[in-house]
Amino acid sequence: MKLHYYDGNERTVDIIDQEVPFPDGRLIVSRTDTAGVLTHFNQSFTDMSGYTEEELMGKNHYILRHPDMPAAAFKDLWDTVQKGEKWSGYVKNLRKDGLFYWVHAVVIPNVRSGEIVGYTSVRRKPSRNKINQCIPLYAEMLAEEGEQSCPTC
Amino acid sequence: MPYVLTVSPDFTPKHIAGWYIFNTWLQRQSDMGFHVELYNSFNKQREAIADNKIDLIYANPYDAAMLVREKGFKALAAPLAKADEAIIACNGEAKISAIEDLKPDLKIVTTDDPDVHLMGMMMLESADLDKDNTNIEEVDGYVLVAKKLLQQQADIGFFLKDAYHDLSRLIKDDLKILITSEIFVIRHILLAGPELQQHHQQLQSLLVNMHNDPKGASVLDSMGLKGWEKQTQEDTEFMIDLMDTL
Ligand SMILES: Cc1cc2nc3c(=O)[nH]c(=O)nc-3n(C[C@H](O)[C@H](O)[C@H](O)COP(=O)(O)O)c2cc1C
Repeated sequence: MKLHYYDGNERTVDIIDQEVPFPDGRLIVSRTDTAGVLTHFNQSFTDMSGYTEEELMGKNHYILRHPDMPAAAFKDLWDTVQKGEKWSGYVKNLRKDGLFYWVHAVVIPNVRSGEIVGYTSVRRKPSRNKINQCIPLYAEMLAEEGEQSCPTC
Repeated sequence: MPYVLTVSPDFTPKHIAGWYIFNTWLQRQSDMGFHVELYNSFNKQREAIADNKIDLIYANPYDAAMLVREKGFKALAAPLAKADEAIIACNGEAKISAIEDLKPDLKIVTTDDPDVHLMGMMMLESADLDKDNTNIEEVDGYVLVAKKLLQQQADIGFFLKDAYHDLSRLIKDDLKILITSEIFVIRHILLAGPELQQHHQQLQSLLVNMHNDPKGASVLDSMGLKGWEKQTQEDTEFMIDLMDTL
């Protein structure tokens, strides 16, 4: 499957319908600059992504974007944090090897001397119930987005 | 008037004397007057902070946001290799082995230790548990948390990891750990208030070199610490941001 990103980049990946469980007791932490480019991340972030630290550093956060995630979820994320507010939601992430993992993410703006200088995302283990609620919701959102971008399909 | 040093009320009882020894060491080294003032609850300590009665504080990470963002404190140092981690445990006989086995309406026993409580509640979310569908009882210390679990007066208890491991073998043998946090970056920090800003550099360099000096090392030992490392403003801001997401 070929994935296209908003900045024109693309990559080809085999999507594998298999989940990697969230590591118990851990937090997956990453920070980005104001454009969403990764500046810091912890070991759990690297471990779960399947990439090496070198492969991740300086990359755009969309490197984890799973094709099952609707664009509207991320638009909401960006709209919220750019206003200086906290966003939280459930995200299905794509690993380098094509497998996926679900997280409960909280993203906040890093405000220093009154200005937003970047963003931090802290992800924790999601509840299975919440994931099961998100799956049909995201599928529906995705279908709607498909219709909007291609009304005659 | 001496500067006032205080310690987060979650300090381990066996290290109280250590903080007084630290105070003496600090006075000699810095040639400044310090006086130790301890509070037996977080609320009492927060009142003293609000009244600008505190100059130097070994603070719980939960209070760092308020100290830095509202009271103008700046971090000096953080203890080496000493992160705050939380353990959720239950009675050893309980028929549960993972967080996901827990059901609503269960009884949680906790302390007023704010960061441990926050981490504990956060780790329950994967079982869809929160303050609205559980019963939370606060007790005065981790030995009492253990006691409630042993007497089956509560289903699960929250512990600071270090405090759990300080429990006697006998007690631990009858408890079962369900989960241990591995967050690594949440830790107590030593912060200096506005009145001490001019001495910031001096204090910081005394602290980070403390473990290199035999006398300093023995003081650290009595506080149960290995040493101090420099904590930058950004390290602190990052920890505050992270706490804010929990
Ligand atoms: C701090 C932060 C963390 C983010 N974490 C993720 C993430 O874990 N997974 C993800 O797909 N997108 C994440 N995003 C959103 C991405 O920047 C991007 O908007 C998203 O992947 C959608 O890609 P697109 O903009 O190319 O459509 C994060 C953004 C920020 C600011």
